[in-house]
Amino acid sequence: MSTQPYRREGVTGRVLRFRFDGRDLEGLAGDTLASALLAGGVRAVATSVRLGRPRGVYAAGCEEPNAVVQIEEPFPEPMLTATTVELYDGLVATGLAGRGRLADRPDPARYDAVHAHCDVLVVGAGPAGIAAARVAARAGARVILADERPEPGGSLLGTTETVDGGPGRAWAAAEVDALAALPETRVLRRTTVIGHYDDNYIVAVERRTNHLGAAAPPGVARERVWRIRAKRVVLATGGHERFVAFAGNDLPGVMLAGAARTYVNQYGVLPGRRAVVFTTNDTAYAAALDLADAGIEIAAVADVRREPGRMWAARCAERGIEVLTGHVVTAAKGEGEVTGAEIAPRTGGRAREVAADLLLVSGGWTPVVHLFSQAGGTLRYDEGLGAFTPGETRQAAEAAGFAAGVTTLRACLADGAEAGRRALAALGFGAPGVTVPVVEEEPAAAPAEHLWLVESGDYGTHFVDLQRDVTVAEVLRATGAGLTSVEHVKRYTTAGTAHDQGKTSGQLTGGVVAHALGVDVAALGTTTFRAPYTPVSFAALAGRDRGPLHDPVRTTPMHEWHVARGALFENVGQWKRPWYYPGLGEDPGEDMEDAVLRECAAVREGAGAMDASTLGKIDVVGPDAGVFLDRLYTNMMSTLKVGSIRYGVMCRPDGMVFDDGTAIRLADDHYLVTTTTGNAAAVLDWMEEWLQTEWPDLRVRCTSVTEQWATVALAGPRSREVLAALAPGLAVGKDDFPFMTWRDAEVAGIDARVCRISFSGELAYEINVSSWHGLALWEAVMASGEVTPYGTETMHVLRAEKGYPIVGQDTDGTVTPQDLGMEWIVSKKKADFVGRRSYARADTSRPDRRHLVGLLPEDPGVLLPEGAHLVSVSAAASVPSSVASAALPAVPPVLPVPALGFVTSSYRSAALGRTFALALVSGGRGRVGERLYAPVGDDLVPVTVTSHVLYDPEGARRDG
Amino acid sequence: MLLIACPWCGPRDEAEFHYGGQAHVAHPDDPAALSDEEWARYLFFRDNPKGLFAERWSHAAGCRRWFNAVRDTATNEIHAVYRVGEPRPVNS
Repeated sequence: MSTQPYRREGVTGRVLRFRFDGRDLEGLAGDTLASALLAGGVRAVATSVRLGRPRGVYAAGCEEPNAVVQIEEPFPEPMLTATTVELYDGLVATGLAGRGRLADRPDPARYDAVHAHCDVLVVGAGPAGIAAARVAARAGARVILADERPEPGGSLLGTTETVDGGPGRAWAAAEVDALAALPETRVLRRTTVIGHYDDNYIVAVERRTNHLGAAAPPGVARERVWRIRAKRVVLATGGHERFVAFAGNDLPGVMLAGAARTYVNQYGVLPGRRAVVFTTNDTAYAAALDLADAGIEIAAVADVRREPGRMWAARCAERGIEVLTGHVVTAAKGEGEVTGAEIAPRTGGRAREVAADLLLVSGGWTPVVHLFSQAGGTLRYDEGLGAFTPGETRQAAEAAGFAAGVTTLRACLADGAEAGRRALAALGFGAPGVTVPVVEEEPAAAPAEHLWLVESGDYGTHFVDLQRDVTVAEVLRATGAGLTSVEHVKRYTTAGTAHDQGKTSGQLTGGVVAHALGVDVAALGTTTFRAPYTPVSFAALAGRDRGPLHDPVRTTPMHEWHVARGALFENVGQWKRPWYYPGLGEDPGEDMEDAVLRECAAVREGAGAMDASTLGKIDVVGPDAGVFLDRLYTNMMSTLKVGSIRYGVMCRPDGMVFDDGTAIRLADDHYLVTTTTGNAAAVLDWMEEWLQTEWPDLRVRCTSVTEQWATVALAGPRSREVLAALAPGLAVGKDDFPFMTWRDAEVAGIDARVCRISFSGELAYEINVSSWHGLALWEAVMASGEVTPYGTETMHVLRAEKGYPIVGQDTDGTVTPQDLGMEWIVSKKKADFVGRRSYARADTSRPDRRHLVGLLPEDPGVLLPEGAHLVSVSAAASVPSSVASAALPAVPPVLPVPALGFVTSSYRSAALGRTFALALVSGGRGRVGERLYAPVGDDLVPVTVTSHVLYDPEGARRDG
Repeated sequence: MLLIACPWCGPRDEAEFHYGGQAHVAHPDDPAALSDEEWARYLFFRDNPKGLFAERWSHAAGCRRWFNAVRDTATNEIHAVYRVGEPRPVNS
């Protein structure tokens, strides 16, 4: 056993090989990485984050503040506590200095989620949790028992206590096995409840294969997130031991007394050879005696109290252990690790140094109230424990066992059983006849004395938060700066904000703050507990919702055609829209700029087609449909004739543009309205909200039909002849089929509704067919050989040349129709519509409101970035610029430079033969012809303000 | 996550619902008759009490119905749910 020099004699098991910080080591099955490191004699495991001090294993569970490691193999995982990593063959890990490294390759593991409901959820399979679960489960309640460790038993794992005449650990295992066999009970091992939310919504993370390393079976999810709604919750979450602030209390070899006891009893590991024990309470004596029985020499027990428990003093005497009452450890001694402890009378006096390689500390135990507090439970100070315990909660939940402040094993078992009975009573189950486990009477403990820090002239190494490297000196600096709240001290010093969230240090920090301020710990209170209780990987939270499943992808019936032709796609909401089609021209290596210029030219000179199926489409049906649309759109929709189409704008009550689209009147009581692609769901929500909450008297129903229709936009001067060839039965003449009307027709042999509307200013049609026939229609249009497919980028350029705004790109919720130059769309006749009153507000008629205008960069080759700010001449003069000085008049700088507006759309135009932009500019319509500047990087780009309509302002091209 | 009792569907997870702000703020019958200040109060001013608050919810991922709930904003406890058009329950 030379590879495990600190393994307790006689302990055997399957040998596991691992590597830590480059050293090959061995442990036994059942070890954690921490216990295996201790067995191998590794004292310094990690380095502290700020001060770079060596740190060793301090605790034996998730509360560990020091031993933070990175797993390198089999798959990199950062910031794990060595105390919670189960050892496996082939594990490669390194100690960290407070910061880990993410994996540089994709995680091959699967993660999953489970939703569950239960009558009683018990958190923690220690004595109280098992007692509660067995009562509830035997009565037939649906019970979930969740425990973070691989093995049930909680505190019983680390002690030598007996239950029902046998070892407590065996009792726990047998009880939990029996529970797992019940049909309505589920036992979740290796499952940490990380969050307790409103109405008993519980989130837990189950680690299913982490402990198997490379041997993990590939078909099993590595971790699962459980989302549980429980009718009753019993929080049997136990406690964490805390330490005391004294000089050098962070040296490797300083360890919580209960943790050392756990290493000896549960793992068969000796955390040292010769120990000094420093305690404020009776619990460290049990640890000292167990260690002594395991062969560790106990050099001395320094007890801050004058009177320890009598039984403990007697047992120490039997073993010849020296107990120094009224003494404190003033300093841990040693370079890099503990070689001794300096012990002195508490009241002062001569100190002496006792040689030791292990210094056990117990500053008392703090109930784990995290979950209780997270869910809104109040806390109250327990004088006996020197810690906060659960008070009132509005959840159907209660704490049990030590989490509730109950201290002895016998009392915890009884308290857990009572909690189980109360849960049953609340749920209406009859109480089962369950025998209470028999436990030996324990002697009454002598009261603890709550010592937070050992006084000193230098508090520079009196650590209160080991993981954040926060010392008493820093807490004193905070209180000296006038901070009087623990919340403020936490933020000032960062105590309690690390990976361990102050599990061992929170109460200690509070105690030191109270000591410094001379106030009561109870009155000072605690910081707020927030989820998660322990760190959770993003992979677990994401579960299956990553990669292609991160968000639904919506595609049109023509999607495969676009893919096959090499289209690049733009995400619009969840839709994939063809963005442009590089390489469909003569040049196969065409870039985006060339492709878009080519597509634009094709539409302006010949014919182009775009897949417009993603536009939102809502059927509005009912006798009051016209009245309803009159109230929502700014213009009149009730007067629209059957067979006709009208463009409309919808505003919020504050008068700002919310969406735009067209209304098609199909029948007296039937409209089909279109919305922008990204706003389709929001517009349907908006309609339903008004109908249900304000106008329930209107007889109208709204139905989304976006996915029922496929739409091909056919645009360009030659679109009429293309349509005529595809639809020989349709009269396509200018007067037969006027602008803003629709016709039912057979197009390429498919029943279609053809609308004569245009978003490019060109003669254009939108051909709508059942989605089933969308691809066939598209292919028929393309088979004409006359039509160039175009994407959303070309559509954007074409509409911008005409000054048509895109809601959400050229508007941002602060823009009225009037700001867009669309007074004509706002009805003067209608008595009211949503937003109307706001146009009479002073703010909406301010002359300096931002107007939609066009911008022409003075250099026709310069493309302005969208979002670029715009400033005026006098202000521009103050800014250094590489622009020719002739362009900049020498005017004294006026600071700050007022921002007049910003660029909302910017493109190269084939039709204009130059670049152009749309912008929202303060008082913009009054600035037409004015020169403004766009600061771009270190340059000022001069631009001229123009009308927002830059192409065909007369509308001469509309009819072809 | 709240467990919200939709008056049409029964208790469902909060994730199925959409929040709609303060309840009983009706769109004025004749906005033109209001002063600028009265209209601004309708547009921009809402109560923000610590305690009981009547608010609107929509069961967006369920029956898609709007309804009202009285929730204690300090504790998140929902004291009553009722349908649109019904008066706020007296004891909540």
